Amino acid sequence: MESKLLELNNVEVVYNDFILVLKGVSMEVERGSIVTLLGPNGAGKTTALKAISGLIKPERGEVTRGTITYGGKRIENRDPEENSRDGIIQVMEGRRIFGELTVEENLRVGSYISGSADYDIVYNYFPNLKEKRNLRGGYLSGGEQQMLAIGRALLAKPKLLLLDEPSLGLAPIVVKEIFDIIKRINREEGVTILLNEQNAKLALEIADYGYIMENGRIVMDDNAEKLKQNEDVREFYMGMTDMGRKSYREAKRYKRRKRWLT
Amino acid sequence: MVLQSLINGITIGGIYALIALGFVLIYKASKVLNFAQGELVMMGGFMCLALSGFLPIWMAVVLAVIISAFIGFLIEKVVLKPLIGEPILSVIMVTLGIAYMLRGLVLAVWGPDIRAFPQIFPEGAFEVNGVVIPYVYLGGLLLSLMAIIAFILFFTRTTIGVAMRAVADDQQAAMSLGISVEKIFAISWAISAVVAAIGGILVGNIYGGINVNFAFIGLKVFAVVILGGLDSVLGAIVGGIIIGVAESVGGTYLEPFVGGGFKDVFPLLLMLLIMAIKPYGLFGTERIERV
Repeated sequence: MESKLLELNNVEVVYNDFILVLKGVSMEVERGSIVTLLGPNGAGKTTALKAISGLIKPERGEVTRGTITYGGKRIENRDPEENSRDGIIQVMEGRRIFGELTVEENLRVGSYISGSADYDIVYNYFPNLKEKRNLRGGYLSGGEQQMLAIGRALLAKPKLLLLDEPSLGLAPIVVKEIFDIIKRINREEGVTILLNEQNAKLALEIADYGYIMENGRIVMDDNAEKLKQNEDVREFYMGMTDMGRKSYREAKRYKRRKRWLT
Repeated sequence: MVLQSLINGITIGGIYALIALGFVLIYKASKVLNFAQGELVMMGGFMCLALSGFLPIWMAVVLAVIISAFIGFLIEKVVLKPLIGEPILSVIMVTLGIAYMLRGLVLAVWGPDIRAFPQIFPEGAFEVNGVVIPYVYLGGLLLSLMAIIAFILFFTRTTIGVAMRAVADDQQAAMSLGISVEKIFAISWAISAVVAAIGGILVGNIYGGINVNFAFIGLKVFAVVILGGLDSVLGAIVGGIIIGVAESVGGTYLEPFVGGGFKDVFPLLLMLLIMAIKPYGLFGTERIERV
């Protein structure tokens, strides 16, 4: 078996026939690893995930150039349901819980393609959800909704789990808890994970490899350990410098360096 | 007398509720107002009529329902599927087109005359404390009740039913879990046509005879869903019974004073009144827009 589960090669995505969002993105995801995709708002991270899962299609997006290979098969521009049957499951940004459905019904929808009603797998990772299984999804807290979204995806028996900003709008302590569980799911269930994040510090904590995206292009990639040590990453994505507070002159340097980076 | 017209009203209302559920189902899944719902009711009735010519009545009923499911499925696949992604208004106009085509079809095949409807239930009635309940009404009430319960169980107890509610809630999220929205739309049209056909057969039994104007029952059903809230299953049921009872009571007690035909107007007046107080219907989801 090949070690690469997913490979993007020079992928371009166009929305509505003329808005170019991804401008030639190449990346690789090793089987069984956690890879994180970092970058600011509007860099194209979400589009990259949706291009992989096929969810750009209902939004009138299209891969116009390049290839996406999953498990040795070309999958660009396939229907999202075909991809999810092959084990690519995306947890979308903003959790997207079915608010009208109970927690358990949400999980049931997750089991739609796999047919496995083994909700205990989910309750094992997220004991909170078990107590609230008859509550409507819309009444859960943000953290619980994120847990439900991940749990729901887990029941679809994913081989590749695409997580889009699971930390969005959550308290730091909840984010930490969710990231720990993501790591556990990766290790215990053998699920390969591609994680979009703005919280670079935490993402690099659990990831094996990282890509940094700006303006629809990958501008840097390396082992998570090395990225954490990288001066630019520390400064621009983790908000840390070795010098402490900076003067205005150095802020100008920031601009110059940033341009060089892209 | 009061009880009598109340029971008649509840029976008719139960059937309206059933037909309205089909309407709500399509609206919830795809936000399409199906203006052909009344015509689907009519088709169900005429199909049963045609089949009963050479089949035993119960087989004709079952077969008419199955064919209706197929027609609903076909409408979605052939007519509506190419319109996915187009503005909802275009799709709604297309349902109007389907409505007129079905009407034309019935006119072409059966002509404009009223045809006697084959009776499913035995003739006669039974009497409790002076209240006379014809078997047609009792049978209609029981069957529509059973169909409504089956409908609700399907949407709460089966995975496909829950998935259909999920699509109604958030289409993209449902897609991300491998649910084919197209398939769900097709199933909702099929189910909608099934409940319409059952409703058509039951009302046909109560009326005793049908012609192409049978499709105007769609207007009543429209009143039901507007009253109950377009996207509410509970609303369809409660609204159906309110409209049915209003029609029956209005017919019995108000027609002598205001003249014939008032029974068809009264439910709509009631609907206007309730809409003035609750613009989203009794149980509809309220959307708050800040301007």
